[in-house]
Amino acid sequence: MYCLLTDRKATWSNKQRLTERRGIISCNENRSRDRKKNSQLVLADFHKKIKEAFEVFDHESNNTVDVREIGTIIRSLGCCPSEGEIHDLLAEVEEEEPTGYIRYEKFLPVMTKVLQERRYRPIPEDVLLGAFEVLDSAKRGFLTKEELVKYMTEEGEPFSQEEMEEMLSAAIDPGSNSVNYKEYITMMVIDEN
Amino acid sequence: MGCSSSSTENKKSEKVVKAALVIQNWYRGYRARLKARQHYALTIFQSIEYADEQGQMQLSNFFTFMLENFTPSRKEDPALVSRLFETTFQDIKDRRDYVGLIDVPDSYEGPRLEFPLTFTDIGQLLEAFKQQQILHAHYVLGVLFETRKLLKQMPNFTHVKTSPSKEITVCGDLHGKLDDLFLIFYKNGLPSGNNPYVFNGDFVDRGSNSIEVLMILLVSFLVYPNDLHLNRGNHEDFMMNMRYGFTREILNKYKLHGKKILQILEEVYTLLPIGTIIDNEILVIHGGISESTDLNLLHRLERSKMRSVLMPPVSINKDNATDLKKSKMGITLTAPGRVRSSDLSSEQLSKHEWEQIVDILWSDPRGRKGCYPNTSRGGGCYFGPDVTSKVLNKYQLKMLIRSHECKHDGYEICHDGKVITIFSASNYYEEGSNRGAYIRLGCGMNPRFFQYRVTSSTCMSPLHHRVHAMENSAIRILKERIISRKTDLMHAFQLRDHSRSGKISIAQWAFSMESILGLNLPWRSLSSRLVNIDKSGNVDYMSSFQDVHIEKPVKEVHSTLIETLYRYRSDLQIIFNVIDSDHSGMISMEEFRTMWKLFRTHYSVDIDDSQVDALANTMDLNKDGSIDFNEFLKAFYVVHKYEKLSTSEAS
Repeated sequence: MYCLLTDRKATWSNKQRLTERRGIISCNENRSRDRKKNSQLVLADFHKKIKEAFEVFDHESNNTVDVREIGTIIRSLGCCPSEGEIHDLLAEVEEEEPTGYIRYEKFLPVMTKVLQERRYRPIPEDVLLGAFEVLDSAKRGFLTKEELVKYMTEEGEPFSQEEMEEMLSAAIDPGSNSVNYKEYITMMVIDEN
Repeated sequence: MGCSSSSTENKKSEKVVKAALVIQNWYRGYRARLKARQHYALTIFQSIEYADEQGQMQLSNFFTFMLENFTPSRKEDPALVSRLFETTFQDIKDRRDYVGLIDVPDSYEGPRLEFPLTFTDIGQLLEAFKQQQILHAHYVLGVLFETRKLLKQMPNFTHVKTSPSKEITVCGDLHGKLDDLFLIFYKNGLPSGNNPYVFNGDFVDRGSNSIEVLMILLVSFLVYPNDLHLNRGNHEDFMMNMRYGFTREILNKYKLHGKKILQILEEVYTLLPIGTIIDNEILVIHGGISESTDLNLLHRLERSKMRSVLMPPVSINKDNATDLKKSKMGITLTAPGRVRSSDLSSEQLSKHEWEQIVDILWSDPRGRKGCYPNTSRGGGCYFGPDVTSKVLNKYQLKMLIRSHECKHDGYEICHDGKVITIFSASNYYEEGSNRGAYIRLGCGMNPRFFQYRVTSSTCMSPLHHRVHAMENSAIRILKERIISRKTDLMHAFQLRDHSRSGKISIAQWAFSMESILGLNLPWRSLSSRLVNIDKSGNVDYMSSFQDVHIEKPVKEVHSTLIETLYRYRSDLQIIFNVIDSDHSGMISMEEFRTMWKLFRTHYSVDIDDSQVDALANTMDLNKDGSIDFNEFLKAFYVVHKYEKLSTSEAS
């Protein structure tokens, strides 16, 4: 399509501008429609992931899990809340009269929000290393078994005996009775991936 | 309250607290993800186990089909049909004649039992089995004969009473795990007049010491018949044994007399009591109940007529009762195989009675209300808490103790405390998969649970090793399932791959896997272990089949045939075993061909007869017209590409 005269040109460029504007609008509409579709897909995906994680612990297949498994379920979805944060989440999903069971209908919306808001992000490797280094004040590169047990069972949110034993069984080198934390972290990271 | 000079100390300890929090937080996350992976592995094991059982139950339809369509072409053939539908046991001679015919050589160094048995025989047997000795067939048969005699006098349900000084212990599935039985006796004491036990079925199959476990239990029963109670489980069934390993174990350990043992074992199974009732309050049965469970009927029926869950009562057709043919077994048959009503009604259970027993042996409790067919197992039902309340109330009972399902902690309580599942085979699926447990009950007291786990080493390997081992094992059997449905899966994937890019979304992949394999698994969570996923989250679906393929015994054979034979190999195992009535391990080419034709028709398998023929011919290595079917089936196995690598990694 070509134009001949300047005034035609003006009209044409007006038309062009109009078309362009319409194009931009429709393009924007398309983009926001796509974004909406994408976010719907993402939401559906979140829902399916949460459902899968929940169902694995739903032993009676009646859409409930034992309240004591909630922490495990949330963490298996990739989040790293502290014990305190789990307690807060529990308050949102428990029944008014706690039954010892959490229902899926209550869990789903709360957990979806957690995933959408990307809450409780996992600890980066370097932060973890830094934490060990704080505890290893003498900068030896390792912690003795007694030191590790003391810190883990007396400070912060203390470990239960079972948690402590499990950590020791993998971390402690029985020969030196200590944990080389750099190696330990590397091993755990590889294992997870 | 601190003063200013300790503010640096405060700061320091604040840092320490923060550091501790970081480590604890990270570790708990890691540990939780490990536990979740452990649960996923368990779910895989369980789904596949139940799917297998479902396939098993469908076999009974095949046998009925076979009966209706099998036209005997030779004189010996009626034996095949009657083998399936014998309703009276072969006239097994008296023990003295039967067992007496078997000599125990002087060179035999194993345990020698003396009848009538006493507690020293129990001790002797335990010691011998700990040293991995094998009990001579002479004694095995002796025990079985004595057990048969004694069980015949017992009612369908054993009623026991406890007292404050005499608690009773209830154990669940053992499945041939001898170490678990040793551990239970070690922790809880040997059975005796003061230490009664109930063993709630499934003593055999899957584990490698089923015969030893069974012998210990039967000998204990013969010594303490009023204090050692045995309930029948769904694996106390000669057809289940054909598939799940017990038949094979017996034929391997007792090459000469195995057949005799299997014969009388069949009968002993039918005489095992259906259940135990404790203090008129607690019902102990292997599987569960249904909404129509009729305890009065179950008390009355003739349990010895319940031969196998795969042998439902034959349909009685009065119209076809024209040609009569007497078979070797002394049963009158009409061609093509219908049985005369007058002869049969006294020799079979009614359909209703048969179903009542299947419900008891196969049902599972679930949270959902109501009663539904048990679709994963293919028999019995799922019963809800309302069904439990209704049935328990009807018979003024307070609790149901059952087994049948593997539980992570060895036991599980559901239905508001009214149903307890007790499972006594630890490490059932894999090292570290679950604990075993038993219950001690005393009248008026709450049940006490005792858990344990058998380990081969003195200290347990760290959690992540155990989870790894379990996971690898579960993924391995899942991959074998996947490869056995390759053709159907590829078809499903390609249907969804409109652009022929070789990729589909995770959701589409998960949906295809679930619908074709019929396994309700967390596919999204497992996807990273099973397929390659690109950065945009799409699945390269052909990677579902990488690392694994079915070994072709012969190059020229079509892969669809291989896949089908691999997929149905367990069913074929049973069918072959049934046809092979003299347990020789061989069937004739003609029997094979006939069976294959029927199989193909019933299972709607679209494979040319000539292909199977050609395959069978190559398998008939002796060229003597018979096929060693164990060799035939063994030829179809799955090769895991990285098998050698992975085993060396694990160590």
